[in-house]
Parts: sequence; C-alpha cells; structure tokens
Amino acid sequence: MEQQIFHHTYENGITLVAQPMPWLESAAFSIAVPAGCQYDALPQRGIANFVCEMVQRGCGELNSREFIEALESLGVDYSSSASLYNTNFGGAMQAAQLHDALRVYADVLQRPSFPEDQLEDGRSVCFQEIAALKDDLAQRALQKLRTNFYGSIEGRNCEGTHETVQSITLSDIRNFYDQHYRPNGLIIACAGKLDFDLLQTHVGELFQDWQSKPDPFVPTAPSTHGAEHIEHESEQTHIAIAYPGVPYSHEDYYLNRGAIGVLSGGMSSRLFTEVREKRGLCYTVFASCHTLKDKGAVLCYSGTTNERAQETLDVIIEELQKMALGIKEDELRRLKVQIKSGMVMQQESCRGRAGSIAGDWFHLGRVRTLDEVNEKINQLTVESINEYLAANPPQSFDIVTLGPQPLEFEANEISATQA
Amino acid sequence: MKYRQHRLNNGLNILAECNPQAYTSAFGFFVRTGARDETSEISGVSHFLEHMVFKGTPNRSAAQVNLELDEMGSSSNARTGEESTIYHAAVLPEFQGQIVELLSDIMRPSLRIDDFETEKQVIIEEIKMYDDQPPYGGYERVMSEFFGKHPLGQSVLGTVDSVSGLTPESMMSYFEERYSPSNICFAGAGKIDFDQLVEDLDKHCGQWTPFSPGRSTQAADYRTGFVSMHKPNSHQQYILQMAAGPSSTQEIRFATAVLCSIIGDDSGSRLYWEFLDSGLAESAGMGGYDYQGSGAIMSFICCSPDQAQENLGRLAKLQQNIRNEGITQKELDLAKRKIASHIVLASERTNSRMFSIGAQWLSEESFKTVAEIAAIYESVTLDQIHEALETFPLDQNMTVTVGPCEDLVAPQ
Repeated sequence: MEQQIFHHTYENGITLVAQPMPWLESAAFSIAVPAGCQYDALPQRGIANFVCEMVQRGCGELNSREFIEALESLGVDYSSSASLYNTNFGGAMQAAQLHDALRVYADVLQRPSFPEDQLEDGRSVCFQEIAALKDDLAQRALQKLRTNFYGSIEGRNCEGTHETVQSITLSDIRNFYDQHYRPNGLIIACAGKLDFDLLQTHVGELFQDWQSKPDPFVPTAPSTHGAEHIEHESEQTHIAIAYPGVPYSHEDYYLNRGAIGVLSGGMSSRLFTEVREKRGLCYTVFASCHTLKDKGAVLCYSGTTNERAQETLDVIIEELQKMALGIKEDELRRLKVQIKSGMVMQQESCRGRAGSIAGDWFHLGRVRTLDEVNEKINQLTVESINEYLAANPPQSFDIVTLGPQPLEFEANEISATQA
Repeated sequence: MKYRQHRLNNGLNILAECNPQAYTSAFGFFVRTGARDETSEISGVSHFLEHMVFKGTPNRSAAQVNLELDEMGSSSNARTGEESTIYHAAVLPEFQGQIVELLSDIMRPSLRIDDFETEKQVIIEEIKMYDDQPPYGGYERVMSEFFGKHPLGQSVLGTVDSVSGLTPESMMSYFEERYSPSNICFAGAGKIDFDQLVEDLDKHCGQWTPFSPGRSTQAADYRTGFVSMHKPNSHQQYILQMAAGPSSTQEIRFATAVLCSIIGDDSGSRLYWEFLDSGLAESAGMGGYDYQGSGAIMSFICCSPDQAQENLGRLAKLQQNIRNEGITQKELDLAKRKIASHIVLASERTNSRMFSIGAQWLSEESFKTVAEIAAIYESVTLDQIHEALETFPLDQNMTVTVGPCEDLVAPQ
C-alpha cells in the first residue's frame, strides 16, 4: 500500500500535513490549535473548553445557527474538544467539500465574534459536560487516576468544575482566545481524496494574514502518587491502575507498546485470558499506553462485582508483575500480525488517518509512515522487549478504586506518596 | 464492485459485495434469533449463547479460538439484539480461508460445562456493569413497558436469576431450535474470492441439518404511559420515550429515518436547537428501532434533575409544534445532505458494508447497493415526511424516566 505524506509550514508557523488517499471518495481534517487546558489558570479551570464552545457560536459573517447550517449544508460530520495541549476541531465529508469546510474553520479560528447573547447557553453546555462525567463511574476512576499520576495540571480533565466555569466572564474568554489561539504551532492535518498542491495554496490563502504570537507560559504541578478509594454505592467496584510508561516520541515506545500488546492486545492476551476467560471475574479488563509529550503511563482498568473485586485486583497486579519475567515468542508473533492488520484497517478511514497524522506531527514533528512503523514492528524481538521489561518492570502502582468498599494491597506494590 | 449471492442446499444464504480494490475483508454470520425468540424461563439465553460460541467446539478449545482469532490479526466481535445475533470478523484478505473455517466451526459450539459456568460469571458481571451505567436499566424498562407482553419487550441480557438458572442442556435445545442454516446468512464485504468462499462454506457448513425455526412477527399492541424509576445516586435524570415506528420492511421507514434526523440528529436538529445548543440537556436525540412486524421511535434526553420536569414539557411542546406546523423544505434538504455524506463515509469501511448486507437479509429485504440506498434517501419528499409524522404520532408514547427525581409527572 503506497503512502505519501506531504507537509508544508507557512511563515506564520502553521503546519499543513496531508495524506492523499485516492481510493476514497471522502476527506477529513483534524486541526490542533495549541490552546489546550494546560493553560487554564486554576480559578478558571475549564476555560479552554468554554472557549472551544464559544468560537463555534458565531464567527466571520455567520451567527451561531448559520455556522451549524453551513457545516450541515456541506455534509460535514464535525466534532470539537479541548485536550491538555490542544483544542481540536475535526470533520469528515465528501471530498469535494473539503476546501469549503476549511474556509468555515478559518473563520472559527481567526474571526470568532463571541456574541454576548450566546455566553450563558455556552456556559450551560459546559455545565452539562461536567455533569456527564459524574455518572460514568469507570471514567471517574480513570480520571482521578490520571490526576494522581500526572499531577493536577497534566492529569486534569478539561471540563473544570461548576464553580470555576461559573466564574468565567466574556472578557476572560476573549483574553484566553487572544493569548492562546495562534498560528505558530497550529497543525492542520488532512487525509482522503485530495490534491496537496491545491490544498496548500488554499490553506495559505485562508490563514496567511494571521500573525504569530509569543508562546504562553506553561505551568506545572507535582503528582500525588499512591492509592485512593472513592466510596460509591455501586454494583461493581471500578479498579484503575497506573505505572510509568514511555511517551510516543521515546525510542523505547514500541518496546513498551509491544509488551502492553501482549498484556492486553487481543482475545488471547494475558489480562483477558487470566482475569476474564479463566476466572470469569469481569466483563471489561484492559491495559493501554497513554502518552503525554514528554512522559507516558500504562493505564489499566477493570470493573467487577464488589465481592470479587479483591481477587480481580490481585490477579491484575500479579499479571503486571509477571511481565518483568518477559514475553514469549508466540505472543510476539500474534502481536505483530495484530498491529500490522490494524494499520491496514486504519487506511479505510480518512478520519482516523487525519487524526493520527495530526497526533504524529504534534508528538514527533513528522509523520511515521506505514513502512516506518512496519519496520519498527518487524524489528521487535522477544529479546529486545524482555530486556526492556527487565529494566523497566511494572511496579510502583498508582491505584484508584471506586465502589462501596476499599480493597487491600501490599504496601510495596504502591507508588510512594510524594509530599 | 460486484454483488454476489449463493444459497447452499441446506438453505444457508451467502451474500457478498466483492471489491477487488479493498485492502481488507469483513465476514459475519447473521442469525435470525434474539431475545424475542426466548421464553421467560430462558431469558438471556441468546446473548449467553453468543458468548459460548467463542468457547470452543469438538475441534477447538476456548483458548484455541482466541489464539487463532489473534493469529490472523482479526478484529472480531459478536452482538445480540432483540431479533438477531451476529458474529463477525475483519481480516486482511489473505486470511479469508482461515477465518471462514474458524467462524464456521465455532457456529457449532460444544457448550462444555466448565466453560459454561465460568462464562456465566462473565455474563453476570456484564449485567452488573450495565446496572452501574446510565440509563440504569431504563432502556429495558421502556422496551418492556412499550411492547407489553409482545416478545419485543423481552430483555436481551436477561436477569441474574434467569441467567443463573440456565444449563448447557437448555441452551443446546434453544440452539437446536434456532440455528438452522435456513435461519442464517453469511455476509461478506471487501476483497473477497467469492467462488472460493462458496466452496469453503459448502465444505464447512454444508452438512448442517436444516429445519424451520418459527417466529411470530405479529404487530405489537403498543402501550402508552409514564413510568418513573427512582435511582438516588445518579447525578443526572434520564428520559426515554418510545412511540410507534415503521417495521423493518415498511417503505415509509426511509422517510421516517429522515424525519428522525430532522428532529433528533446530534447536530442541527430540532432537539439539538432546543436542548443541546441551549445547554438545557447533556444529550438529546431521536432514532428508529425497526423490527420484523413492529417498530418504534425512541427519543431520549439526559439532563440535570432540576431541569427534568421542564424538559419533559419542552419535549411535548416541540412534538406538538412539529405535528401542527410540519417540517420545512430547508430542514429536509439539510438532512438529506447530511445523510448522503454519512452514506459515503460509511460505505468506505468494509465492516460497515458487511453489516449493511447482513442487516438487509435479516429483515428479509432484497439487497440494495450503496447507490440505491443513497437514491432512496435523496427521493424522500416533504409529503412523505408528513405522512410519517401522521402515521407515527410522537405524542402517543411510553415515557420512562430514571434518576434522582421522585415526583416527575407526565406533561399536560
């Protein structure tokens, strides 16, 4: 499968990166604006998310309703969200509409009108997003775990709290926009049926007048490792576990990714086999690689009825610790096929590709091609993964449980709490 | 792109959309069986059986099934609904022969007692998992209230009690009543060698003995009403509402689907502007549930408890307005534009093509290509939309609300 990646960085710092997929009739874009919730001031937590909502409530010549209608008349299936580093806008559509859709987003990013009469509706939407998290017990456990593991800034959720969102004014929103929405560091990734030269000219025309701005200061906050229980009268106990991994940009990334694939990559993976298939302890169990720009984590989750939660936790910890002893040849063989097959399947979706090349550009400053990833996967050996695991054995776990009763664990399994 | 079809002597249907340009292939067994085909004693057996299908055959242990699925790098899964059970896998085209053999083999499961008892625990965990997730049994409740004694009101998961009472023997006798080759279709999409596929399926499934599983598809006698379920430790209030809708073979289902998009799509719809743009609700939407012989249109709202009573009133008023004033041409045009775009995006995934083919067979429709389906939606007129509105009045519904509110009442 031929894969060509084109990119161009404009004078103001915007990078356009694209993959033509001529076998499709559709196209998609994924825009990452370097205005994520890491910039939220503590009393204004949730502001990046609120700004993301507000830039879509009137921009350029369009009012709030006309903006949605413009996207609908182009048949754009759109989405937006704030994340730690970026605020993301994405859309997928029939290929012929890509240029017109980007024209609409040029207004969103450069000419939001922030109409005062939309402020309270926008705020209510943000309140709803905060409320939505509360009934999702698995997400609540995992969110608390990320906050403990990465600290209160890098591990934060972008929604903020009711109180902080309540306090945000229209002028706060304008200020956040003025300081953080900027072309330097902004990524526009496109994939699908497209002509890169035409796209490059078009994007240049849409964004060339936008002036770059200084990069704002990024605050940091310490982690609060350890174990924590959240009491809740639920049918299941939700167990979330984290330990240090490596970021996507790290040379050992695929070694760790390979190890986690063996642990939790398919129906024959260790966690699925030991926790669910052999013991019937749960319906859901997984481990996955989570990445920030300069650090990573392995996150595990399982939900299990309260009486069996202790056994579930014990089996998961045992399997995690057993990883230090290494993986086997047949496990790696299966994993390689799975990863490769997954990569080919991703080629069917321009939306998936646009998102993933935007992510690559953000983390690496370039895009790993299929060939390159293939080569990295081919190079994985049992020896190299086992060496990595011996040097980086899963340990010092951060644990969050949510349910009626706390669980027990050995003190030496838990990451030391930092002052 | 070529549509191919074949029927084995024992009645097993093979349907495929073969696209030599595709990079992957997707396959699935579609069985016309589900919760509506169960009696209350064996409630949940269709879904439990779906799990047991992956637990091995006379030729393979449960672990071997999992190993082989992973060795092919397959993306596989299964699902059970009110009237269908689907087993599916997507693979690289080079694995066609292997995946077809594996899927065929597991369709004749052993139901070994050890595996059965372990998997029963997984099913109970699944039931408990959904008990903790919104809308906390609200969907099962609105189905059972709306359909009443009609089999479509039966729960797919069953209860902890009904599942605990199941035995390999009761499951096997259900299997022997439902899994006739004539009641099953094998659907494929993507890069497929069809002649080879037919030859392989004949070899692996040709000896399956056919019989005639029955199913009553008598139209349901829908019920209306208002039911409140108290769930004190939920933060949000969940509102689920069911009204009559088209069955899976009624021609008006296409206009109804467009109507659902106009009223309840997650962007730009009537519900969107009323509830989501304004932040009056966390989520709001409307969609069709079409079955053989009966159908429903479900509206749902999730919002904070203090807004629930007013939102119930707003929903009723919105439905009334639509009924009195109808839909505009502009709304219809935008919805069609959106649907056309969704059809193109979905058609690019072999998995979604395979599902479309299988689902068409399940409802006993004749096969339609992507272009034909797109043309049908494009041809929907405002008159047809208004006919759908008249035929399926949204204000005659069964409403179930779940959450911390104790005193919600039906809007006047």
